[in-house]
Amino acid sequence: MSEIPELTIEAEHLVKTYGSLTAVNDLSFTVKRGEIVGLLGPNGAGKSTTMRILTGYLPATSGQVNICGLSVATHGDEVKKFIGYMPENNPLPDDMRVSEYLHYRGRLKGLGRSKLSIRLDEVLELCDLKRVRHRIIGKLSKGFRQRVGIAEAILAEPPVIIMDEPTIGLDPHQILIVRDLIASLRGRMTVIISSHILPEIEMTCDRVLIINQGRVVAQGTPADLRREVFGHSSYALEISGDLETALPEALARVEPTLVIAETAAPDAAGFRKLILTTTREGDLGETLMRTLSADTRLRLRALTRVHPTLEDVFLAATKRGWEAIDAPKSSSK
Amino acid sequence: MKHFLTILSHELRMLLVNASTYVAAVLFLALMGFIFSGVLDNYSKAAQETSPATVFFQLFWIPVLFMVPLLTMKCISEERRLGTLETLLTAPVTTTEVVLGKYAAAYLLYLFLWASTGGFFYILHHFAQDPRLLDFGPMMGGYLFIAVSGLFYVAVGVFASSLSRNQAVAGILAFTILFALIIGLNYAATLEMMNLASMKPLHAALDYVRTFRHLEDFSQGIVDTRQVLFYLSGSVLMLIFSILGIEVKLLHS
Repeated sequence: MSEIPELTIEAEHLVKTYGSLTAVNDLSFTVKRGEIVGLLGPNGAGKSTTMRILTGYLPATSGQVNICGLSVATHGDEVKKFIGYMPENNPLPDDMRVSEYLHYRGRLKGLGRSKLSIRLDEVLELCDLKRVRHRIIGKLSKGFRQRVGIAEAILAEPPVIIMDEPTIGLDPHQILIVRDLIASLRGRMTVIISSHILPEIEMTCDRVLIINQGRVVAQGTPADLRREVFGHSSYALEISGDLETALPEALARVEPTLVIAETAAPDAAGFRKLILTTTREGDLGETLMRTLSADTRLRLRALTRVHPTLEDVFLAATKRGWEAIDAPKSSSK
Repeated sequence: MKHFLTILSHELRMLLVNASTYVAAVLFLALMGFIFSGVLDNYSKAAQETSPATVFFQLFWIPVLFMVPLLTMKCISEERRLGTLETLLTAPVTTTEVVLGKYAAAYLLYLFLWASTGGFFYILHHFAQDPRLLDFGPMMGGYLFIAVSGLFYVAVGVFASSLSRNQAVAGILAFTILFALIIGLNYAATLEMMNLASMKPLHAALDYVRTFRHLEDFSQGIVDTRQVLFYLSGSVLMLIFSILGIEVKLLHS
């Protein structure tokens, strides 16, 4: 696969409209070879539509997609060979056996008979499907069906793998297996997965694209996203004493940009929960702790640095997306 | 066309492992056997002018109207309903290969079902020992007509199947189109007003597409290339429409 270029997916200014509904609105992104990218977004954000455009199943209204340097619109048939695709809800024929189905798909993907039988064994092993290879797909449990779909996508060893919600409806154990499976593809194949399950994406993906209303509202590694979306780090403390004068003084001594973002009502022992935020990078935890406990007017009970989860990032980013989209509309009214 | 044979063999295999194929085949043969014995019954009562094969094939439209929709209604609509059309079309195959593969599989099954009615003639020949009853010419002509017209009828069924994700709708649509083609056109050609002088061109056109006249010609051993061309062009047109039907649905989905 030496001819695979560095950038395996290039999407430029993609637009897809269904009648008056704009599902994808000026979406641009690139994905490098061997990268695992997670596509996040609320329902109806345009994730599935984007994936279908990437595979060439749906034509884009405007914009351009290149897969491995070839345009999907003009070289549709060649591009299909580069892609392993698992659609939403993983449609499978109910009346075929697992090995029969994979064999048929392998033949369609242009694998020769002898190579296919070797590869089939590999894939069945990799996806832990050996036990069910002679079972009828319609009678398999959801977890097995999902793995049949994944096996089908990686069967021909395509450089690009696109999976629409591969872990939907799986139990935690099966999710773990699927996650390991996807992680084992890292470096060899470019993988794009979409999901609602955020810890999942955070664990497997090198990079995350957050989409809302058909636009990319944030992208980067999960750590980058935290910084980009929140622009600050936060600390949570439980404290009592003179919060009016002593606390701001103490905070100013530690770091001038520290501000109190939230203050909760005091509990039975008189301790309040506070959220402090700062734009400074790096850990202030230790100095903060020392300064505050040294001050006799204050009693500190707990101090932690708040790590925003990807969930918070996601919520903040999609909210920001809504505001950005709603703002021009309301101003024009 | 690299994947045509892959799809064709897959489709045939799926037809052969499916119980409904056998149910349909048994019902078809039962119906045809019933018709055939009815025809023979007439012969046993009084001598007839035409051979049993001619009369038998004149009733070809009964099984065509029911069998063709049954055989073809699920071929594309089922894939669309299950969503497997998406996996199929995102594999490196073209829509043309998919449509042709499914069409060829349905057509081969159609031919096979009709060919199995050859057994009736064999039984007749074996037990009646009367060469007058088994006129080889009309029989071969009849089968040739079935093979040629079947190209068109099965294509109509595939086209109807490409229009809907609901099998029942596809089946009824196929039935309606076939009914209009076989019975409707024949009826229109025999209307009283077709005898008017002003209707002459229309009458000539309707006469040209009358299926029963084609059958008559074939039975008499006349293979008119115009008639063959009618069925061939009809089936090509239907297949192109099926391909467009699938692709247009994607464009506007």
